[in-house]
Formats: sequence, structure tokens, C-alpha cells
Amino acid sequence: MSTDTHAAGAHDHHHEGGHAHSTFSGYMLGFVLSVVLTAIPFWLVMSGALPSKQITALVIMAFAIVQIVVHMVYFLHMNTTSENGWTMMALIFTIVMVVIALSGSLWVMSHLNSNMMPMHQMSGMK
Amino acid sequence: MTVAVHPSQTGEPVFYLADEHPHPEGYSTSLGFWIYLMSDCLIFAILFATYGVLGGNYAAGPAPKDLFDLSLVAVNTSMLLLSSITYGFAMLTMQQNKVAQTQVWLAITGLFGLAFIGIELFEFAHMIHEGATPQRSAFLSAFFTLVGTHGLHVTCGLIWLVTLMVQVGKFGLIEANRRRLMCLSMFWHFLDVVWIGVFTFVYLLGVLR
Repeated sequence: MSTDTHAAGAHDHHHEGGHAHSTFSGYMLGFVLSVVLTAIPFWLVMSGALPSKQITALVIMAFAIVQIVVHMVYFLHMNTTSENGWTMMALIFTIVMVVIALSGSLWVMSHLNSNMMPMHQMSGMK
Repeated sequence: MTVAVHPSQTGEPVFYLADEHPHPEGYSTSLGFWIYLMSDCLIFAILFATYGVLGGNYAAGPAPKDLFDLSLVAVNTSMLLLSSITYGFAMLTMQQNKVAQTQVWLAITGLFGLAFIGIELFEFAHMIHEGATPQRSAFLSAFFTLVGTHGLHVTCGLIWLVTLMVQVGKFGLIEANRRRLMCLSMFWHFLDVVWIGVFTFVYLLGVLR
């Protein structure tokens, strides 16, 4: 029985070793990518390099999404195999919830704002 | 007894575990902690949504353009980013069983985290001094709630970091401490991910608006 437990422990230790999977080059690559992906949006906004504000907004949002993926992969070591894929399942579920909460709130509230009668018009109707 | 434990030998299909096989301590900690982080992520998502809805309601008060100093935010961002990489180095030295070096990297991480909190509190104090208090407008209420919640998380992370440094100092890099450092690593990097959202959506897009 004790050998059995030991074998299970050894197996799990090996499994966690596969989960940790951190290397110096991995961290450095993630760090350099993050610095670049942080510096460019700050520079774009502070210098006003792009002609239109809308284009700048879209570009910095794209940089944010890429940087979040970089952090997930290089710092949080996300992959499809750790914990038999359950961390990835939890992440995908969370992303779906976040997208519904964010887009739903913004969509509903902007329509509410644009369809509500402004106060000064309401007083004019009396 | 043999039949009870291995009923499949009789040819009948079995859809349950006949007996619970033993798991070592902390077997499911990292998955459980990951699920906690995902629930924390939902809290931040709701705060981001609130900010997104109310972020334009200035109530004739100051707008992001009047309040935010982007160079200060850039310094703050680099503090958090540097603390992330130094925590990564702490994890690497932990894997090599170097207790003293792990402690040094953890201490450096803590100093960067402290610098982040210090700069953020300085920014808050400056804003409140100029009259931009949380009560001033819906935009400022949402701003202080979102950024303040993130700052509170970092503060908790710092307290946790100091606790773990004491633990490692007392007991060394035992299995339980490795597991705890692993959890704090996920927490710390997760806060950095949330900060990407904060500096992009609150500060950069706020100044653009």
C-alpha cells in the first residue's frame, strides 16, 4: 500500500513538473514581448502618431489583446494539456462570460442612453 | 472482496470508482486556485463593464484628459512588469532549490510591487487633492472602484509575498511552500494581466476620448 501511494505521488510530481514548465528563455521572451507591446501603445497615444483617434483606439486594443495572450502563454504557462485541459476549459468559459458581460452591458446601456428622453426636452413637452 | 473492488472482471460494466484512490496533499490546489482566479476575473469584468458604461459621465467635473498623467502611468506599468519578471526569476531559482536566491528575487518583486502601490497612492492623493474625489462624478466613482480593487489585490499579494518569505525562511523550500509560491505566481501574473486591461481601457483610451 505504501509503495502504491509513493508511486501515485511520484506520478503526480512528474505531472506538476510538466505543468510548471518554466525556463529562463521563456520568461525573458515574454518580458521583452511585453515591454514592446506596452511601449508602442503608450508611444502611439502620447505622441499622437496616428492621424485618427479611432484608428489609434483600435490599434492599442489589438496590442492589449496580444499582450494578454503573451502573458497567458509565457508567464501563466497556459496550454491545452495542463490539468488534463481543465484550466483551458475554465479559461474559455470565463472568456465567454466576460465577453457576454462586457458587450451586453455596453450595448444595452448605450441604447438605453440614446433612447432615453433628455431632461430639457421633457420639460418642453409640458 | 476481490469481486467488490474489481467487478469488471465479472464482465459487468462499472460506471463508478469502487474505491477512492489516494491523492497526495495539494493534488488539486493549482486547478482550484486557477478557478478562483477565473472567478476573480469575472469581478474585474463587471468593474470594467461598469467603467465602460459610466466612464463618460463627468457631471461637469474633470475628464480623464485633465487628470491622467500618462508618463506616471507608464512608470507604474513598468514597475508591475518588472515585478512579474523578477517573480519569474524567483520561480526559476526555486526550481533549482536555491533558497537564498529565491528569497532575494522575492524581496525584489516585493519592492517593485511596493513601488507600484506607492505611485498609485500618490496618483490617487494628487487627484483627490485637486477635487477629483470618488464622489465627484460617476466616471470617478467607477475609476476609483476599478483601479482601487486592482490596487487592493496587489496589496494582498504583497502581504502574501511577505508571509511566504517568512515561511520559506523558517521551513525552506518544502513541497508545501513550493505549492504556495506557485499559487502566488499565478496570482501575481494574473494581476499583471488585469493591469494590461486597466492601462489600455482606462488610461490610454481615456486620454484619447
